[in-house]
Amino acid sequence: MATILEKPGFNPDRKYKVIGTSPVKHDGFDKVTGRAKFAADIFLPGMLVGKFLRSPHPHAIVKKIDTSKAEKLPGVKAVVTRDDFPELKQGTGGGDMTRLVMAREKVYWAGHPVAAVAATSESIAKKALKLIKVQYEVLPFVIDEVEAMQPGAPILHDYMRTKGAKDADAEKKTNVVERLDLAQGDVNAGFAEADVVVDWSFDTKPMHQGYIEPQSCVASYSDDGQVDLWCCTQAPFVYRDRLTQILKIDSSKIKIQQSELGGGFGGKTTFYAEPVAIALARKAKRPVKMTLTRSEVLQSTGPVSGTHSRIKMGCKKDGTIVAADSELVFQTGPYTGSAFLNAPQAMLTRYDIANIRTIAHEVVSNRPKVSSFRAPCVPQIVFGVEGVINEMAKKIGMDPLDFRMKNAIAEGHKTIYGQTFNRIGFVETLETAKACDHYRSPVPAGQGRGIACGFWFNRGGETAGSMQLAPDGTVTISLGTADVAGSRMSMAMMAAEEFGIPVDRIRATLADTNSLGFNRVTAGSRTTFSSGMIVVDSARKIIGELCRRAAKIWGVPEEAVTFEDGHCRPAGQNAGDFDPLSMKDIASKTTPTMGAISGHSEMNVTGAGPGFAVHIVDVDVDKETGLVGVKRYTIVEDAGKAISPAQVEGQFQGAAVQGIGWALNEEYVFGADGRMQNPSFLDYRMPVASDVPMIDTVIVEVPNPKHPFGLRGVGEVPLTPSMAAIANAVGEVIGIRPRSLPMSPPRVLKLIEEARAKGLLKG
Amino acid sequence: MSDLRYEAPATLAAAVKLLAGSRGFARAMAGGTDLIVQMETDLIEPELLVDLKKIAALRTIKADKSGFRIGAAVSGMEMVEHKALCKAWPGVIDGVKLIGSIQVKGRATVAGNLCNASPGADSVPPMVTAGAIARVVGPRGTRKVPVEKIPVGPGKTSLKKGEIIESFILPARAKRSGDAYMRFTPRTEMDIAVVGIAVNLTLDAKGVCTAARVALGAVAPTVLLVDACAKALIGTKVDEAALDKMAGAAAAACRPIDDKRGTKEFRIKTTRVLAKRVALKALERARNG
Repeated sequence: MATILEKPGFNPDRKYKVIGTSPVKHDGFDKVTGRAKFAADIFLPGMLVGKFLRSPHPHAIVKKIDTSKAEKLPGVKAVVTRDDFPELKQGTGGGDMTRLVMAREKVYWAGHPVAAVAATSESIAKKALKLIKVQYEVLPFVIDEVEAMQPGAPILHDYMRTKGAKDADAEKKTNVVERLDLAQGDVNAGFAEADVVVDWSFDTKPMHQGYIEPQSCVASYSDDGQVDLWCCTQAPFVYRDRLTQILKIDSSKIKIQQSELGGGFGGKTTFYAEPVAIALARKAKRPVKMTLTRSEVLQSTGPVSGTHSRIKMGCKKDGTIVAADSELVFQTGPYTGSAFLNAPQAMLTRYDIANIRTIAHEVVSNRPKVSSFRAPCVPQIVFGVEGVINEMAKKIGMDPLDFRMKNAIAEGHKTIYGQTFNRIGFVETLETAKACDHYRSPVPAGQGRGIACGFWFNRGGETAGSMQLAPDGTVTISLGTADVAGSRMSMAMMAAEEFGIPVDRIRATLADTNSLGFNRVTAGSRTTFSSGMIVVDSARKIIGELCRRAAKIWGVPEEAVTFEDGHCRPAGQNAGDFDPLSMKDIASKTTPTMGAISGHSEMNVTGAGPGFAVHIVDVDVDKETGLVGVKRYTIVEDAGKAISPAQVEGQFQGAAVQGIGWALNEEYVFGADGRMQNPSFLDYRMPVASDVPMIDTVIVEVPNPKHPFGLRGVGEVPLTPSMAAIANAVGEVIGIRPRSLPMSPPRVLKLIEEARAKGLLKG
Repeated sequence: MSDLRYEAPATLAAAVKLLAGSRGFARAMAGGTDLIVQMETDLIEPELLVDLKKIAALRTIKADKSGFRIGAAVSGMEMVEHKALCKAWPGVIDGVKLIGSIQVKGRATVAGNLCNASPGADSVPPMVTAGAIARVVGPRGTRKVPVEKIPVGPGKTSLKKGEIIESFILPARAKRSGDAYMRFTPRTEMDIAVVGIAVNLTLDAKGVCTAARVALGAVAPTVLLVDACAKALIGTKVDEAALDKMAGAAAAACRPIDDKRGTKEFRIKTTRVLAKRVALKALERARNG
């Protein structure tokens, strides 16, 4: 029998009953009333409080750690350091991971953990931290990624050699982790054909994911070595496997239960306190809770990479883009893991360009290790690409949307990374944008309008889940992916659609890691798609079983039974004259039949549909202070099929707000001592509600034929063009297109002065 | 923090006694919106907190012919909701409205904003230009101090051990007077002033400025009351030339630092821009007042 991946059963004529509506989320009431349990809301008897001691130095050798005084403080039940973790070789995945959690030979950023304490109260734990004496040999440090690439820069890892380096560079000590080349065609020949060439350089700052809930976990370690861990995570199974790797504990003895998640955006795909809480619990023989403070979150959990880039593109007078040549540099913090490969693959994917050359570098420096964040490494580079594209359109006098339309890709396009696209909706998205009210409205006086486009792959991957039919005919779903944005509700809706029953009769829950097979991280905009595939597959298995049992009850062959609207019915007049059997009718007869009815599904889900977006932004700029105000913002994006349109809109809007923050004010400020100066929401300036306008959304639906309902991921695409669109709008007002983020008032004021001096801005 | 003592006396005398008699680091607490955050982030570890909110006398606003008396534990929102106060001193209210969020203002007080001694405190410049007087009660009696004399540097005040601000006196308004406060922040709210400027002025029947006070926040260790700005306005009709001169004097008076919230250069430029905008707002209010 063909699998659901081979035959998803997508039917463009199907009329949906549940899909496409936006019912109140089943987990919604608890969230708004405060009843929902986040990791920090979990309390166990005898639980201790764990706290980190962190390095004040951005780069130093850890000579000696003396914990003896701290251990003697009444109320302190355990102190752990590097000595409590197995040695894993430096420069390997596990070696990097354990050193990020707890420094070994050296500390690599101001905030790197060097010890941790578990005590009966937070104040005792804090006192104990002050009693730990660490002897450092302070080393020169480097924060900026471009400085870190220069000869003579302080070297973080003596063992590091650049992967993919050419010739002589390959043997040198370096901070460049990897050089990656991606090319097609011949860029020199391409530029020779160009009538217009734009060659600009850009830089962007690291952006924190800014989730409201700081990381928190509770670990218990039983006398026979069973670990129970509650934490907020996007990746319970990945956490488990990595804990096995760095703590040398069998996976069967680590049970992780994910809590409600107070935002992740990619930032909760990596653990920080979890291994340490387990080590403390093992030593103290009592459960330990560790909750990071906001300043710890900002100083020591992943932002996404800051970047430097140079992007050169050329086009012909008719608008055909003929070549793109780029050099990209990505921060990664002290260890590899920025996922920078995404950028060369995605930065141009939406345009048909014959000649492309991209060289990308990932660089270590003395700043917190980066983590995933909505389309990791892509929005930073799209910020540049879409600026260059706008400038080309301007130079040949073409409407910016028409210019993009001229180069837009469609079904059958072969990407630079080798994939040939199935049905995609970029052209439809551009057409919808051009026809939307925002684009057709005149730009208000004094304001500027910018547009930009973005792409994200959308992912699939290993996914497992199960579904149980209760004797009363209701259904529960156990999921192994995380619910970062309402996926439990989307799963319930897809199951309801498949069964033909009301969605209220279904509840989806987040299972622990002992209950299901491996699930890949909830990231890559894969969850509604991949877990949705599991849910539909499981529902179909249950429907098959219901039909078999109905056949048995009626004494007819299986083929004589069909399933529709929650009922088994005779397939036709020849099948016999029987009253329909509801799901309850069959499920409640478990004894005379053959026991409980459930479905489960495990697969490496393929067939994710790429997504494309167009952002349209109007801004004004206070020309005396450089203050940018975002006045109107519209996102047009292909969702394939919006399972719950309200949730899709939420994804679009949330991404735009994060894009506004990244574009205008969010930045890490380091002092001369290499420490972050602004580790609070007061001074790390994320936008507040009054900083953003209502974000308008237009959902385009070009179905993905590889999914039963046609859906595409929507979590990451909507961030990719955001800063580019805002910068293009600012450029329209002040006469110079900003090429550095954030576009904070002092920077914009400087550009205004420059534009005035060059005669680009009057008045 | 484990040894923290919390006291909430019912009388001012008891509060003074507690603070005066403390052995370790003691702080008076009104709204606590700065104090508790500083404790949470380990910036301070007081041994004693004396909560002033239970002292009834400190919780009222009294208005009479001589002006307003605002108790030190009156919250920002209580001021914002006091109609007569808003009418008489809209610039003071401009400043109060910019402190944190509505929720924060529900706790925060102007006395706390002043005693926290942040150079960027939003309510301080307009209180200074209003000529507000703090009534300070301590173990050796009561003294009256102009508000600009309370902060002496970032985080430092001139209050002596055991002294508490009991109330503020805002004078009655002359005819044709207006005040205003504006700040520059990259965000619309929940931010700290990069520059904050207050202007208070009085016009005569012909529209000539007879009295003016201009105060600058966040551009020096304490709020600056700039005489040269006042002089630039007094005797003029607050025309373009006077405004330019005043703005120039404001920019010249700045002694800002480069920090995470703004550069020195940007602060000076913004001071010049903002000074004019604030003066125009005060002028508009004076003409209507």
